[in-house]
Parts: sequence; structure tokens; C-alpha cells
Amino acid sequence: MKIVVCVKQVPDTEARLKLASDGKAIAEADINWIVSPYDEMAIEEALKLKEAKGGDVVLVSVGGDRVQAALRNGLAMGADSAIHLKDPLFEGLDSRGIAWALAAAIKPLGPDLILTGQTGVGTDDSQVPGMLAEILDLPQVTMAVKIEITDSKATVKREVEGASETWETTLPAVISAQKGLNEPRYASLKGIMAAKKKPIQTMDAATAGLKAEDLAPKTRIVAMELPPTRSTVKMIEGDPDTQVKELLRILHDEAKVL
Amino acid sequence: MPSILTYAEHRDGTLRRPSLEVVSEARRLADQMGGDTKVECVLIGSGVAPLAATLAAHGADRVHVVDAKELAAYATEGYARVVAQLISNEKPKAVLIPYSAMGKDLAPRVAARVGAGLVSDVVKLTVKDGKLQARRPMYAGKTFATVEWVGEPQMATLRPNVFPLAPADAARKFETVTADVEVANQRAKVVSMQATAAGKVELTEAQIVVSGGRGLKGPENFHLVEELAAALGAAVGASRAVVDAGWVDHHYQVGQTGKTVSPSLYIAAGISGAIQHLAGMSSSKVIVAINKDADAPIFKVANYGLVGDIFEILPKLTEAAKTSLAGRK
Repeated sequence: MKIVVCVKQVPDTEARLKLASDGKAIAEADINWIVSPYDEMAIEEALKLKEAKGGDVVLVSVGGDRVQAALRNGLAMGADSAIHLKDPLFEGLDSRGIAWALAAAIKPLGPDLILTGQTGVGTDDSQVPGMLAEILDLPQVTMAVKIEITDSKATVKREVEGASETWETTLPAVISAQKGLNEPRYASLKGIMAAKKKPIQTMDAATAGLKAEDLAPKTRIVAMELPPTRSTVKMIEGDPDTQVKELLRILHDEAKVL
Repeated sequence: MPSILTYAEHRDGTLRRPSLEVVSEARRLADQMGGDTKVECVLIGSGVAPLAATLAAHGADRVHVVDAKELAAYATEGYARVVAQLISNEKPKAVLIPYSAMGKDLAPRVAARVGAGLVSDVVKLTVKDGKLQARRPMYAGKTFATVEWVGEPQMATLRPNVFPLAPADAARKFETVTADVEVANQRAKVVSMQATAAGKVELTEAQIVVSGGRGLKGPENFHLVEELAAALGAAVGASRAVVDAGWVDHHYQVGQTGKTVSPSLYIAAGISGAIQHLAGMSSSKVIVAINKDADAPIFKVANYGLVGDIFEILPKLTEAAKTSLAGRK
């Protein structure tokens, strides 16, 4: 089966962030970029399906030159090839624009399955999977914690507030990965060496058949700031009995949360 | 007539709280916008009409009831079609949807279908020159962005537990409209649903959360956190370290690659406060940290700190909480 995995490159989750000089984004200097953790799960799932059923895993990512490292990372895990959507027109896209760009690259591939992370860590939008499915006119199942493929159908387990749902969908479909789906493998040294020879196709907007109006942002960030600093912590001293008694008193009388 | 449309999520014949938060916020915004801006709700399902009155009590002027047997269970495509059709007909200025598991699944599909801009996980909305401005955490709360829309409708998903409920007024007048829609075949659908352990409070919607971390030393001690949570009527959370170590299931995880919570009270027990974890809970209103290490980073975000042995403090706190809460009832 042919599986496409959408990959986003994001700042390391341990990174401490600073603001860019325009005050509308984060400063990109000194950031260690990684593959979004949920996208790693999507790659892992694609590789497991390929190992079980045979097939071909293609990665797709949108962004500047640095994105190549994320694609190489996925290729080193075991994906077969990658498409790098790169064009000045792709700068400053919102989720909708990204979904349009990905859709344009994916459609001609005619995949049986499209896997993504449930959200891109950082922008935390959870928008691309659903938008991509709508643009490609495919069914979707989001936040999957278990995927089983039989014939031309997928059975997917998904967790919601206080319950767990089992979905069935026809294929092709867009399925997004949630934590719990699998434990992504590390790239082996052999995988890293092999990845150097695997093809990354660079595609611009014109080649993908995209026009500026498809990509025009419908939302824009007008300001970004660091979170307000919290007031200094009040330490509750004394022996454990005193601490517990004082804490309950404060939570009830002062903070009024109990 | 200008309007704001909200999506009403329900389960087992009851509206879920985030739906009421969303309609309450829509009412506040509509009143600020003036010009007789109406609040409209869309209620989809089978046999759901009786729920309209509760939406009205929290601020809806008009409830569009879309009732069909085929729509009894949520399915993305069918529901997205209904909401998109309503947006095309009513041309609302804004569409507000809870940032719940369902809302996260539905909203992007609707936005792509109607070509609208969508802002996710919004924690504040303001009216500026008749348009909306959204504030939302990004990078899991390490930054906050102010976001505007280009064109209408301005679609947003709202973080649960952040927007206050408007006081319910059962006497508010409202109108119910029955909308007819064509239910096309659903390619992806729910075939079964299983409730997770009964009586458990949902993490993302809980008013109180008690979380445990590596300071508990092993899975055999995690019951100390669960017992305190039970005494407080709280939901149970965990740090990534203990989830990755396999002590508890991943759906307990609070943090950047887990759940984001904003309860009134968050108690972190034996959690050092890795930036990953802080990202998921720093929007809590009151934070209590209990840790043996006075230099733990968790104390930098906490309102109240207890330095000490959690194996001693947690059982005492559980007992004292039981007694004092029982005494107050």
C-alpha cells in the first residue's frame, strides 16, 4: 500500500523560547528543530504497516531549507522518499494554506492512506488533518491510538473525554496519530547512511499547481508575547500536619478554590 | 441580522459543559457588538430538541435543531456538512466551537469547507471595531499570540474550563428552527463506544486536578495521588516521566505532548516541573506544588509551595481534606 505521511518540523519541546524582533513570532536562532513528536508516531505507524503489508512510504513537508533535516530524519527511520514543498509563496502560511499545499503534492500520488500527527507541537492547532481530508474529499479519523487495516477499510480507536470510540472508515482516508498509538523507533546508523541516498524531491507552488489565492492566510498573528509572570510562590512552612492544615485553610479562605 | 453561531455538543442526552461555555461567551460578545447581534446555536443529533431550552437559558436567541436518526452518532463528514450549510445560509460573523475531542475533529473540516479562517484553543476573545480578536497560547503556553481573522466567518475553537458560564435564565425567550438537511453516506463512522471507568472526572474539564510525578518513586505509590483526587472530587494527572516509565496510561499525561488543563486548582505532587509539564498546566488558576526539593522549577509557577516528604504529606492531606470537606457539607 502507498502511505503518505505529513511531517512538520517544530522547535524542540524542551526549548526555551524568545520573541522575534517584530514581536509577532518566536526567534528562530538557537532553536534545535525536531520532527513534531506526533508526526514521528505517524511515520512509525506507516513503517509498521509497510513491514506487515508491503508498500511505499512517502513523506511530505512544507517549509524552508531547514525542513530537509526533518525529512532526512524520517527517511533514516525507514521511509522511502520525500517531497519538500518549498517556495517563497509558502512563507507565513496559516493551517489552511499548509493543508492546500500538502493536498496539491499528495493528490497526484493517489495514496491508500495519509497519516499525520494529531497536532503540530508548537502551533498546537490540530487543523491540518481535517482540512486536508476536506480538500482531498476523503474521510478522516483524528487522534488515533490504534489502527488496523483490512482490505480497503481501517478500524481506528480514538479516545474522547471519558470514553473510547471505535471508528471504521473506507480507504483512502486521513488518519491522525495521538500519543499511545506506538513508540517511534530511533533511526539506526544503517538507516541514517541509507537515508543519504534516498530521494527528496523539491516542489514549488507552480509545479504543485498552487496559486497565491489558494494559500492566502485567513488568520494572522498580530502580536506575540511571553506569558505573564506569576506572583511569587508562597511557601507553607512547618511540620507536615501544620503544612496540611495551613494549605487547606488558604485554599478555602484565601484562594477560595475548595 | 448579524449573528454568532455556536456548536452544541452533547452526550447521553445532556449538553456537555464546554457547549454552555461557548454559548455564554457568544452572548457576551454579541452584547458587546451591539446592533442586535443574535446568538444562534446548532444542535445536531436524534431526539435532541429538548436540549434547546438549556442553550437558550445560557444565551441563545435561536436554536437550529437538526434531528435525524442517521445523525444519532457523531460522524465528521455528516456533521461538518450540516454546520457548513448553516453557515452558508445564516452568514454568521463568528462561529464558536468547543476545543474538545469532537470540536478538534469537526472545526477544521467545516473551516475548509466554507473557506473560513480558524483559530484554535482560544482562551480570550475581545471585540475591536466590530471584529473579533483572539488570544491563544502557542508553543504549549510558552508564548501567547493575539490573532485576527481575514474576512468572515471568524471561526474559533475555545479551550474548555476557561470561559465562565453565564447564569442560567430559564425565562429567556428563544426560537427553535428545525433545519432539514440531506444526510449523505458517511465514509468514516463510530461503530462502538466504551465509557472509561465510571465516576472518573475528565482531566481537561475538571475543576481540580491532582498530578503525580517521579517523586512517587514507583507505580505502587501512585494510589496516594488517586486517593487525594478522590477526596477532592478531582481528576488524576501525571507527568510525562511517569507515563513514559509505564506507571500509568498515557491519557493521564499533562504537558506539551499530553493534555492541557486549566482547572481552578492544580496540585503537583512529586513533579519537578520540566518545561514540558509546565506547558500543560501553567494556565491553572491556583497551583500547589509539593516536592522534597526546594529548588524544583515547579515552585517558580506555583502559588503555594510545600517542601517535604510527599509520602507523609499526601496521606495527611487526603485525610484532612475528607474531614474538612465533609464538615462543610
